Amino acid sequence: METKQGFDFKSVLNISLLAGGILLYLALVGLLTAFVKRDIIYKTLSLSFALVLISNFVFGYLAARRNSRGNWGYAIGDGVMVGVISTLMLSILVLLVQPLNMRAMFVNASPDLIKALTFNNQEAIMAVNTSGEWGPALATLARMVLTGVAASLVGAITFMLPQRWRKILLTGLVAVITIGTLAELFDDVVTNIFALFGAKKAAKPLLELFFARKGLSVTGAIYTFILTAGISFLWDWRGHTLKERYNTLPQNSQRGVRIGTLVILFAIAIFLPQILGGYLSEIMVTVAIFTLMGFGLNIVVGFAGLLDLGYVAFFAIGAYTMGVLTSTQLSQTTQLSGFGWTFWQALPFAVGMAVLWGIMLGVPVLRMRGDYLAIVTLGFGEIIRVLALSNFLQPSIGGAQGILGIAKPFIFGIELKNSQQLYYLVVAAAALAAFVSWRLRDSRAGRSWMALREDEDVAEAMGINLIKTKLLAFATGAGFSGLAGAIFAAKLTSIYPHSFNLLISINVLSLIIVGGVGSLPGVIIGALALVGLPELLREFSEFRMLIFGALLVTMMLVKPEGFWPAATQKRELHDDELEPESVTEAA
Amino acid sequence: MLSERLRNLSIIDSLLWLLRAGIIVLVLWGSFAGLTQGKHSDESWGQFYNRCTTQTDVGTVECMGKYSTETWRDFAIFGLAQGGIYALIALGYTLVYGVLFMINFAHGEVFMSGAYTAFFVANAFAQNGFLDSNPIVALSIVMLVSMVTSTVVAVLLERIAYRPLRRAPRLVPLITAIGASYFLQYTFRGLYGSGKKVYPDVSILTGKWVIAGIPILKTQVVVFVAAVILMLILYWFVQKTKVGKAMRAVAEDKDVALLMGIDVDRIIVITFATGAAMAGAAGVLYGLLFKQVDFIMGFVPGIKAFTAAVLGGIGNIPGAMVGGLFLGIFESVGPSLFLEGLGIPAAYQLKDVIAFTMLVLVLIFRPSGIMGEALSEKKA
Repeated sequence: METKQGFDFKSVLNISLLAGGILLYLALVGLLTAFVKRDIIYKTLSLSFALVLISNFVFGYLAARRNSRGNWGYAIGDGVMVGVISTLMLSILVLLVQPLNMRAMFVNASPDLIKALTFNNQEAIMAVNTSGEWGPALATLARMVLTGVAASLVGAITFMLPQRWRKILLTGLVAVITIGTLAELFDDVVTNIFALFGAKKAAKPLLELFFARKGLSVTGAIYTFILTAGISFLWDWRGHTLKERYNTLPQNSQRGVRIGTLVILFAIAIFLPQILGGYLSEIMVTVAIFTLMGFGLNIVVGFAGLLDLGYVAFFAIGAYTMGVLTSTQLSQTTQLSGFGWTFWQALPFAVGMAVLWGIMLGVPVLRMRGDYLAIVTLGFGEIIRVLALSNFLQPSIGGAQGILGIAKPFIFGIELKNSQQLYYLVVAAAALAAFVSWRLRDSRAGRSWMALREDEDVAEAMGINLIKTKLLAFATGAGFSGLAGAIFAAKLTSIYPHSFNLLISINVLSLIIVGGVGSLPGVIIGALALVGLPELLREFSEFRMLIFGALLVTMMLVKPEGFWPAATQKRELHDDELEPESVTEAA
Repeated sequence: MLSERLRNLSIIDSLLWLLRAGIIVLVLWGSFAGLTQGKHSDESWGQFYNRCTTQTDVGTVECMGKYSTETWRDFAIFGLAQGGIYALIALGYTLVYGVLFMINFAHGEVFMSGAYTAFFVANAFAQNGFLDSNPIVALSIVMLVSMVTSTVVAVLLERIAYRPLRRAPRLVPLITAIGASYFLQYTFRGLYGSGKKVYPDVSILTGKWVIAGIPILKTQVVVFVAAVILMLILYWFVQKTKVGKAMRAVAEDKDVALLMGIDVDRIIVITFATGAAMAGAAGVLYGLLFKQVDFIMGFVPGIKAFTAAVLGGIGNIPGAMVGGLFLGIFESVGPSLFLEGLGIPAAYQLKDVIAFTMLVLVLIFRPSGIMGEALSEKKA
């Protein structure tokens, strides 16, 4: 291949058009309007416009990576071109929204979109249509284009910086965006930490230094940038000496440091509900429930390699068993008179029922593998949901009206009423699941599962009892899911069939894939990223599945082993890249 | 001989046989109970039979369960129409599976994208009167828009999400497809909104035609006929044209096809595009038959069409057609026939259960389908 000389105009044009296309997509799909009200920097930068800037930054960076060839002039050219073309495309959209009445088709081509893109200056754009006045409109759009160009230029320049400075700059930028987006959260958490030490009042002046009424203040943003970039710089400068010093410590002291870290982590886990406050604890409970399910599915999919898309079925079975056994208002929706058991009496039955169904649904699919198994389990999940919703089973499980009045758990006579208290129960359950998974992984059963995952025929030839091994995986996975369901029912005290749809299966599957299939820390990372983050951004909920989908695809294309891959998985997927031939034969 | 077979039967096998027998008994008993609901307790079977066969106007109503013969016939005809739609979507699954041995899980969303986009064209035509003044031209344009949209979506999908993974382990493309499926659903929700949209009425398609003495809703006739014509065109395309031949060659053996000078990548794109065009056409027919479209409309028909494809034998084109029609009729007649007979209230709620159960059963007991050849374990 010949190496091209000079500025590769065509290639940059392609990237620019792609960047513009992405911006148009973000605008029309509604992402740019969803976040107008969330300010990163108070009254200066909303998250909506920040998305435009981030996109331009990334594409400026990519363009420079592909075309600059170490030449500063080219890099600047790349940045400017990407910025100009992409934001011009966006400007054309802004101008066309009203004359073409695009809203009839695209719901998001609304005045809000124009408002978000023109720094609240939508009158200027409207003036073009009403009075034919182009001046203010062009001025507003020019401002947008210039800001966009600046972002992609910074992106291109970032690429040209030496690696060390690039890292420091990126850390600062990411920190400003994260802290600004989640300003309220940081505000609350810092206040709560100070309150924990009885110094609530001291928090206020510190917080006012950074935060405005919404988001960071302008000076706060600058402080945040300097502070985080500074920390990054210090770590870069002194970090490796710290690591070296740790490595040269005697064995005993190393262990001491490790135990110390664990104790600190444990203490944080104990005080977390107090630090986080009610709303965030609620989110943590949801995250923990999904972590618990994640550990269960991780055994089925990650260890044994059986792709189960109907995992929600066992969650539903656990929840409904808990509901039927403990509800005090059962007779309102069903023909059964209530059992009125306590949470702890019903819990073993809820888990047992899920395990039983795990085995019963496992038997017919013992001979299946791969895609077909996935589809059949998906079918099971849907059948259970439709049955739960139907009038047919209403006499026993309440149909569409669901089950109300489910008992809350008691521990030592204390009712776990709110999320701050339930947190301990859920986290204990998740920790149990983590412990069981960890012990099972290296046990005989765990090794059989992995053998099964690698090659069923060979595993059978090695004397592994396929039926027992597979059923054990299904049963264990179902048990954890049932436990999660039981806790879920007790947390909400009322359950409806609509809570048990396919999305839950997909959520759980996504979180173990994003975290790294078969990896235990990966489950926690995945749950925090996929369940926790979207909850923090309320406006996000509408786009959660969009991001999920995009994330799953991107993950599979770019990093199929996940964020925290299990050792074997990592090795395997990197072998694939080295020897694609052997993989085709295996498939 | 028999005793030897019995001795070799494992526990799992016997459980599976029990399951099969149980379901057959359930369906037969349900149908029987449903159809004989009209039998009075004091009359003998002979009297019941005589009463039902001689009295035609009043008696049959009681004899055929809760419904009259006409209602059963309407159920079946509606089943044929929806079966035609299932079959058209199923072709996409089958074509792609035939060539790549992968389940294009996002195919339901390809179908949705066409139907949902074409709605806006249909609506615009209805508002300016074009749909009523030139119904055939207007509907053709609507269908074309739908087919083109679906095709574009499918080609992009193949290019971005599937092609880079062609040599990856099997689960990777499946998970990608699930991701792509959600991405597409919520993209279209973001673009067009989350509300249900109602397809406009076409004035020439309201009312009934009397065909062979049977009055049938015009929409149902048009949907069924259009589906059959499209399937015939597709069959001709795959069997008789050069590109179709290349498709079959690629399905048979990619490497040898490459040696024969076939551009495999191009053929794979064409396969996706053909399946998507069929799905797009199905989308408009769906809009005509069921009226409502929204952003999640692709999921359930997608699963059902996949069931149809598996039922007929995945990878087999006539199989998909037969499977689709069979599933359509079964689903339309089934709830009233044997579920009500089993004494299940509001049996129509469980019509999806029938389809899903059928999918599960076919995959468990006969993964090669009605017309499919036995797949080797590696492919299945």
